[in-house]
Amino acid sequence: MNPEASVVDNVIDTVSAVFLVVGALMSLAAAVGLLRFPDLLSRMHAATKPQVLGLFLLLAAIGLQLRTWWVWPVLLVAWIFQLLTVPVSAHMVGRAGYRTKHLHRELLSSDELDAVVQKAAQSARDESSRDEASDGGRP
Amino acid sequence: MMQTVLAVTAVILSLAAAGAIIRISRGPSLLDRVLASDVLLAILGAALCIDMAVNRHLNNLMLLVALSIVGFIGSVTVARFVADRREQANES
Repeated sequence: MNPEASVVDNVIDTVSAVFLVVGALMSLAAAVGLLRFPDLLSRMHAATKPQVLGLFLLLAAIGLQLRTWWVWPVLLVAWIFQLLTVPVSAHMVGRAGYRTKHLHRELLSSDELDAVVQKAAQSARDESSRDEASDGGRP
Repeated sequence: MMQTVLAVTAVILSLAAAGAIIRISRGPSLLDRVLASDVLLAILGAALCIDMAVNRHLNNLMLLVALSIVGFIGSVTVARFVADRREQANES
């Protein structure tokens, strides 16, 4: 083994070690955010850190450590599926949290959903009153 | 160097998992618990990744891919049922 290759090896090892430690720190940041933040929506903000950036750093560290080209597509598949599925669960949790009033409204800087919800409730009320009128009072 | 990294990340991930478990046990609402269990799942995936990277094997890779594909179903289901129950309670 020539000395240049071992220098490259050392550089790759160092980079992947940094990726591993930073990726683990993302998990710690999420835990600290879960413990310190006041309501559900700000905790959701902290919880996404290890799911996207942390997973990316750790998968990159795996690819750097194994030094084979064919693991990279598999790692990319794992990361892309994570990118596709995490917003789905975040959307559902955020929606349920908004609907069940699990948020501190005074901490919001703007609430664009409020107008939409008011409008939908208004149109639902109109719909039901029109139904009752056309039914002739039948239940 | 890799053994040092393994020790450091093991300590960090243990602290993170402890924080997530504290939030699961304390968490004022059900959705907080769901969110914290999602974070606990991410920490578990991180531990699998670090094991593979430090020991240079790929035994857990398919487990990791499956985790990223189906991991969201639990929180979606729970969020769905929370919304349903609270809306019915408001109506009655």
